[in-house]
Formats: sequence, structure tokens, C-alpha cells
Amino acid sequence: MTNAVTWARRNLFRSPFDAVLTIVFGIVGLFIIHRSLNFIFVTGRWDVIRVNLRLLMIGRFPDTHVLRIAVTVVVLAGWAGLLAGLIRARQVRAGRVDVGATRLSWRRVSDVADRLWLPAFVVLLILMLTSTSGPWVMAIAAVVAAAIGRLIGPYVGRLPLIGLPGVLLMVALAVVPVILFFYVVSAVGFDEWGGFMLNLFLAVCSIVLCFPLGVALALGRRSTLPLVRVVCTLYIELVRGAPLFVLLLLANVALGFFIPSNLTPSTATRAIIVFTLFTAAYMAEIVRGGLQSVPRGQIEAAKALGLSPVRQMGLIVLPQALRNVIPAQIGQLISLFKDTSLAALAMGLFELLEVSTIITSQGDFRGQGLIGETIAFAALLFWTVSYTMSRESQRLERKLGVGTR
Amino acid sequence: MTAALSARVPLWRDVRVLKWVVQLVVVAIAFGIVAWLYGNYIENSQRLNIPTNFNFLDNPAQFQITGNSLSQNAPIRQALYEGFLNTLRVSVAGILAATVLGTLIGIARLSKNWVLRSLATAYVEAVRNIPLALFLVMGLLAIVLGIFPTIAEAWNVVGLMIISNRGIAVPWYVGSGYGLLLLAVAGLAVAWVIARWRRSTSDRTGDLPRSGLWGGAGFVATFAIGWFAFGYAITTPEVVGRATQGGIRIDPSFFALFFALVIYTASHVAEIVRGSIQAVPRGQGEAADSLALSGFQKMWYIVLPQAFRIAIPPIGNQYLNLIKNSSLGAAIGYYDITLVAQTSVGNGSPAVPVFALAMAIYISISLVTSVFVNIANRRMMLVER
Repeated sequence: MTNAVTWARRNLFRSPFDAVLTIVFGIVGLFIIHRSLNFIFVTGRWDVIRVNLRLLMIGRFPDTHVLRIAVTVVVLAGWAGLLAGLIRARQVRAGRVDVGATRLSWRRVSDVADRLWLPAFVVLLILMLTSTSGPWVMAIAAVVAAAIGRLIGPYVGRLPLIGLPGVLLMVALAVVPVILFFYVVSAVGFDEWGGFMLNLFLAVCSIVLCFPLGVALALGRRSTLPLVRVVCTLYIELVRGAPLFVLLLLANVALGFFIPSNLTPSTATRAIIVFTLFTAAYMAEIVRGGLQSVPRGQIEAAKALGLSPVRQMGLIVLPQALRNVIPAQIGQLISLFKDTSLAALAMGLFELLEVSTIITSQGDFRGQGLIGETIAFAALLFWTVSYTMSRESQRLERKLGVGTR
Repeated sequence: MTAALSARVPLWRDVRVLKWVVQLVVVAIAFGIVAWLYGNYIENSQRLNIPTNFNFLDNPAQFQITGNSLSQNAPIRQALYEGFLNTLRVSVAGILAATVLGTLIGIARLSKNWVLRSLATAYVEAVRNIPLALFLVMGLLAIVLGIFPTIAEAWNVVGLMIISNRGIAVPWYVGSGYGLLLLAVAGLAVAWVIARWRRSTSDRTGDLPRSGLWGGAGFVATFAIGWFAFGYAITTPEVVGRATQGGIRIDPSFFALFFALVIYTASHVAEIVRGSIQAVPRGQGEAADSLALSGFQKMWYIVLPQAFRIAIPPIGNQYLNLIKNSSLGAAIGYYDITLVAQTSVGNGSPAVPVFALAMAIYISISLVTSVFVNIANRRMMLVER
């Protein structure tokens, strides 16, 4: 009791002014909470989401091939689990994680729960809204696959794979997502993809593609060769000065002029190209910051060891540079993910935001003012993914920070 | 031994040669890509019989800009200029509002008051992770068209504002806008002179300078004198039939764009302000406490000036982002430079020159803004150190 009073005195009523603030903003806060709860549980008509859930998630993906998405999700879950287990085993072996921490303990369980509850909650929410059993089966299979992968991972990681077998394992792991991609896209072309799946896909594709380009541009901008530097700087500054939205519009109406007419890519491909070229310029600036943060002594030490310039960069400087800017990189990726919603406004791609505005004006739901409900749902999905990513980035930052100090 | 010394380094291992080869290859690749694109462009344009020059700028625009008296027959050149002004309008208004809101929220995040702190944190965490486009759609479809009443039942805020789904009508001045701008500049000049005079007097006599108060009074006085001397007046809006008369009507698209830009950018500004305040050494705040400054004085005189020095470059970046993001207004029918470009392409102007022009304007705005930010940054550095 006294604790509560002390806490209130310290945090709510330090001074008369403070008391006024508490009361005024307390009322504001309670009002917002009341309105939100009222909206969620009383006035919100969530039928529009329930009926259109499939459109919101996967767009107009044809019925006959939906199974391919399910298979992809399950395999990807297993793949991610395997990778996590493998990395964990490597870290244990390298002594970066003490063995005690690998045992199952209450702290570890609560740690995992803390990381996963939000996405798990949202996935459950979506599953509750579905009317068929397919998504449930997929979700359960995905969880099982991830768990199996996570359990097998450490054993794979402990295998004495050095040299060619190790390389082959790496290649095999890297090829899995590519194979899955072709597995889906060979059946259903980009133009029929849609919904939140399209947002995720656009983001992931552009992230993977922009990374090497961004690093190359950063190295080019830091190069001692003047012509290379000029070319890279010109590209970075021009792209950074232009709005993404205008670039997307340009790609939509004017890309056809710049390439032979028989090569004209689909709209989604254009979006990926623009996102990649755009984000690469920002990524280059981030990586450049990282390169500048590596102490000179590191390069000098690498030179003293007689490493070639390529190895100095690849083995000594770049790993440290990239690690130093992980938070900034993830921040950029989050903003890329959010920007995928521009693809609808600029190019009319059928992604989440587009779907959520269209469904309020179709059939049974026309003219009922349901935009609040659909926007709230879209916001929840965008927010969950971005927020989870930024939390994971903070976690990673802490974890890597411990190693450096 | 002598043979090894005298042997020339082979050409393919000579660093000087390699450096030139690498550079030439990179430039050749870059040039090749550009030449290929340009060649395709010329070829496709000729095939489709689309001009590649800028003569279209003199053609009539054939469309009306919302909230603008520009005639449909005005040349595209002029429409683009009006679009540019619209971009500037929403950017300047957005930057001012986002800075104030963001700074307040950033300070609130560090407040010792639990309620305030939690609210500010919730705001930042919620807004930062949601796309700007979503706020834009929300502003237009959910707030203006969903919540605001029809003109017949318009909300009337103390007789000054009339809010309906046709926009927000607010009081406005009658007279020349440029004259008013000139007046504001004159007021600022007077304020600056007075502030300087107060500071030098204070240096001589030791009185409190109160330069802000005096300067502010000078500004208000100049402005008021000019206002009446040039016969400016204020009109307030009122509902007449199915429209509002008097004042100025803020278009729904402007409101939605402004709302989205401010809400979104303020969350980023708040994070920067918070980080900058935390980066001010703790000793500064403690020293202010030991001098018995009040909470406000500590913030205003000690912490914020130092925090803003740290915050200028990242906040400048946010300003640039806001200007670039204002192009999204095109998606909801706000006639900024992007929508003017888009519409004129729809009306038959060649796409590539139009968009090249729009892009060039954005890049110039970005460059000019970053020059200003750099000047501010340098000045702050010099004054402080």
C-alpha cells in the first residue's frame, strides 16, 4: 500500500502542475482506451474482414494452387527452424553462448514467450477469423516443422562438415527459398499475387536483392579510384533526392520507354526493381557509415598480416562494418516493408492497403462506412511485422554489443 | 638477384595499370547502361511518335487544379508551377507542425509523469511502425469522409471554423499574399534589430536582455501597423446554402495529406528529440538543478539548446523525407507537382520529359533544403564551440 502511494507520488503527483498533467492526460488516455475498446468489441462490424480475409491475405490467388502456398510456408518454417538450430550450435561451439544457457530453463521459456507472443497472437487472431480448416492445418504443420527443424539443427551443426561438404550444406540451405519461389511462381504469375502475401514478398525480394548492390555502392563511394567514386556518388545522391512514390509512378508509366518492348516486365516485377534500386542507395549510405566506424588499426593489422586488399575488406573490415550498422539496416528494411504499401497507390498492385480500401465498396459492404475496420486490420498486420522486426533488431544489437565489449 | 630487380612487373599485376583498368571498366559499364536506356528511349519514342523535347510545356493544360483559379487553357508550364507551390505549401505547414508536435512528444517521452510518458511512448511505438500511406487513406476516407458531417450539419467551432466533409473552412485575410509575406519579413528584421540592441544594452548595463520578449513585441507592432496601413482585413467563414463563404476552405485532400505527414513525421522527430536530450551530458541537467532553475528553465535554457545542436542533422533528414513524402498527396487528389505531372501525362504530354522535370524539381528542393540544414548545422557548431 505504502509502495503504491510512494509510486503515485513519485510518478503522478510530484507537483501541482504534475497533478494537472496526470489528470488531463489521464482523461485523454482513458478516453482513447475507451473508444478503442468500444470500437473493437462493440461498434466494429468485423464481418467485412471475416468475409474478405482470403482477399486480404493472398489476394486473388487461384484456388487450384493455394496448396503451393501452404507447402511453401511449412517448408520455410522448417528451414528457418533448422537454420536457427544450426546457428545456435555454432555459437555454442564458438563459446559465444555458455552451455548452461542451452538447457531448458524457466528463463529461456519466458524469453522465447516474450519474443513470440505478439506474432503468435496475431496469427491466432487471423486463424480465428477463417471459416475453413485449411489455414489451421497449415499453421500447425508449420509450427511442427519449425520445431523439428530446431531440434535437428544442432545435430547438423555439430557434424564435422569442413571443406566441400560444408559448402554443399550452405548451398543447399541457400537454395531452398529459391526453389520454393519457383515452385509457386511457376504455377501462378506475379500478376495474380496479392494481399498481405504480396507485401511480404515484395519486401523480402527487394531486401535480398538490394543488399549486395548497396554494399557494392558503399565500397565504390569509399574507393580511392576517383571515377568509380564519382559514378557511385552520383547514383546514390540522385536516387536519395527523388521520392520513392514518383519513382514508382515513373516505372509504371515510363519504364516501357527505356527497355525494348519485348522485355516489358510485369507490374510486380517493376515494383521489385524500383524498391531494390531505391533501397540500395540508402543501404549504401548506411554501410558507408559502418565502414567509417571501423578503426584504422584493424586495416593496418590486416595489412601487417599480409592479407590481400580483397581479403582485408572481406575478412576484416566488412564483417565489423556490417555488424556495427545492423540496427540502421533493419530500420531501413522496416521502412522498405512499410513502403510496399505505396505499390498500390502508385501502380495499382493488389496489396493489403488496396484490398482493404476496395472491399469496403463491393457488394454487401458498400456505403456502410466500414473503412475504419479494414484500415485497422491492415494497420494491425503492418504494425505487428514492423514492431516485431524492430524488437528483434534491438535484441540482436544487445547480443552483438556484449561480444564487442 | 639483379635479374629479379630489373624485371618489370607484368602489366596485369601492375597496381597503377589495374587501377585504371578497373575505373575504365566501371565507367564503361555505367555509360553502357545509360546509353542503352537512352537509345531504347529514343527508338521507342520515334516508333510511337512521342516527342522527346520540352515543347509540350506551352500546350494548354486542359485540367483544373482544385482550389485554384488557374484556367484550363493556361499552359502546362504554369500548372506545374502551381503544383510546385502546392508542394511547398503542404511541406512548410507540415514541417512546422511536425517539429512542434514531435518536440513536445519527444520531451513527454522523458517526462517523470507516468501517464504522460506512457501516452507518448504508445504514440511513438504505434505510429512509427505503420506505413504513411495508411494514414493518408485513413485521413481521407475514415476521417474526412467517415467522421466529418455533411455541410448541412457542419460543426461550427466558436464561429471561426466550419468543419464538414467538404473541408475545413478557417478565417483568412483579404488582400495580397505577397504583401503579407513582405510584412512578415519586415517584422522579423525589426525583431532582429531590437533583439540585437537589447543584447548589446544588456552586455553594457547588466540588465536582463529579454530579447525574445522585446523582439516579439517589435514583430507584432510592425505587423499590426502594416496590417492596418495596407488595409488588410479578416473574413470568417459561414455556411451559405451547400457551401461555405468567406475565410478559406482547406481542401479534404490537403487536410488528409497534412494530417498524415504530421502524424507520421512527428513520431520520427520525437525519437530524434528524445535521443538528443538523452545525449546531453547528465551533468548539465544536474548543474541546472543545483542552480535552482525550475523544470521549464532547465529544459529551455540548458538542455534543449544543446539537444537541438545534436538533433539538427537527423531532423533535417526528416524534413527532406517529409518533402519527398508529400508526393503521396497525388494518390488522394492533392494537386502537388506529382499529380500535375501525372494528370498532364494522362492528357497527352510525353511521360518521360514530364517526370524528368518533376524529379529534377524534387531533387532541387532536396538539395536546397540540405544546404539550409548544413548552414544551420555549421552556425550552431560555431556559436557553441
